[in-house]
Amino acid sequence: MMKLKSFFIPLLSKILLTSFFFLVASSIKAQTADELIRNVKAKMDKVNDYIATGKMKTDVVFIKAPIANIKSYFKKPNKFAIKRDGGVSLLPKGGVSVNVSSLLLTDSYTAIDAGVGTVAGTVVRIIKLLPLSETSDVVLTTMYIDEKNLLIRKSSTTTKESGTYDMEMQFGKYAEWGLPDKVVFSFNTKDYKLPKGITLEYDDGSKKPELPKNKKGKVEISYSSYVINKGVTDAMMK
Amino acid sequence: MWSLLKIELFKVFKRPRTYIAFIAVWAIVSLIQLAIYVDGAKYMDFVLKDVKDNFDVIGNPLNGYFVCFVILQTLLIHVPLLVALVSADMIAGEANMGTLRLLITKPVSRTKLLMSKFMASAIYAIILLIWIAILGLFLSMAIFGTDGLMNAKSYEIIILNGNDIFWRYLCAFGYAAIALITVSSLGFFFSIFAENSLGPIVATMSVIIVFTILTTLDIPMFQDVKDFFFTSHMIGWKGFFEMKTDAEGMSIPGTIRNLPAVLRSAGILLLHIFIFTGSAIFIFNRKDVLS
Repeated sequence: MMKLKSFFIPLLSKILLTSFFFLVASSIKAQTADELIRNVKAKMDKVNDYIATGKMKTDVVFIKAPIANIKSYFKKPNKFAIKRDGGVSLLPKGGVSVNVSSLLLTDSYTAIDAGVGTVAGTVVRIIKLLPLSETSDVVLTTMYIDEKNLLIRKSSTTTKESGTYDMEMQFGKYAEWGLPDKVVFSFNTKDYKLPKGITLEYDDGSKKPELPKNKKGKVEISYSSYVINKGVTDAMMK
Repeated sequence: MWSLLKIELFKVFKRPRTYIAFIAVWAIVSLIQLAIYVDGAKYMDFVLKDVKDNFDVIGNPLNGYFVCFVILQTLLIHVPLLVALVSADMIAGEANMGTLRLLITKPVSRTKLLMSKFMASAIYAIILLIWIAILGLFLSMAIFGTDGLMNAKSYEIIILNGNDIFWRYLCAFGYAAIALITVSSLGFFFSIFAENSLGPIVATMSVIIVFTILTTLDIPMFQDVKDFFFTSHMIGWKGFFEMKTDAEGMSIPGTIRNLPAVLRSAGILLLHIFIFTGSAIFIFNRKDVLS
């Protein structure tokens, strides 16, 4: 009897332990695309507003602009503004909302699991979001989500009007809020038109930049600090 | 020399026609400022139509620096004509009034006399430019404020930071002074051949108009020779509103993209001034004014 007991009890406990691990493992795997998006959104919902200070680099072949000191303002649900410190900037249409929160503004989408991939060495879940509304400008959004930290590492959005643009995020000290230290926004410059020269132009003999032909443009914002949930008024955003 | 110059300046500023240019500049600048003040948003929409189709503009591109840029683009094509009104009259006017012979009987060398006349016309051009700067730059800054400047060209858009513009305007006005003195020297050169000021004024205007049109035409033959037209170099002031870029293609504030080219253009204009004025003095020294 004692022999039987000493044999069955460890076996039972092993079976139970294994079942528990399988249960946990299967429950993680069973985190559906919808659940994952919900969890990411819940994490980002902790941020009601923020003021972020940073530097913006515009890398577009036909735009010659210096690095600009900027301030970004965000207020729930979807108010976002970028202000430049003494100067003028150009941001591609749709690019003004270069913020992570804007990616998950609406609930009316179908989330499709598209497997697993890597972004900058981090394993990510690939989720495709198809908007349900026919009037939505967004046709498809693909998100690359760091499941462990609930962070969107990369997104690719195809729109009806503004073409396709990609956003790549790098996280650091504000990762717990889901806010990136660096956002790289890339877009296609193929269809961008230049203003017509109105008056005589000075030709200094410099090499003219190649006109945009399927070239990618980039706007890179590096944030140095965030002031989170301390209040942002509408006046600040004007 | 200083006495001669004072006399010539007195003559220039005594004539009512001298003030036509100042009134014309005031009228043009005021109208541009009024139009932009009232309808600036629509004007910006027109200028940035293609840009705004694809980009959102952050900041206030409609500011004093931009208004001054518009004014300079408009005026610096036409102000030479106003400068010619005075410079082309410097010798021809004296000939017309019959005072030229009397003038050269004075115990002053013809070279000194001509130099003082040329310097008076150059000073007039500089004062006119200062007037443009007061109205076009400082008044525009007071009315419209300051911010960054968007210099939209046909193949690129150059964006300058607000704190990186004022010094560029100072340099641009300095350059424009050389450009206007070039026109002044051309008018002065033509002036020695005529007995009334109408001919040299029209000749100066014609040269500027013809060269400007040839510079503007996109015909390959003219493209090859346009470097020889001084009008191509008169717009070199715009070179101060372009920046160098680093290895990553980022513009570097406080730099000029091609300073040697701008200086070369300025050098070509100075060479024109030297040739026109030198030729005028050379020819006038040998001219028989008795017949």
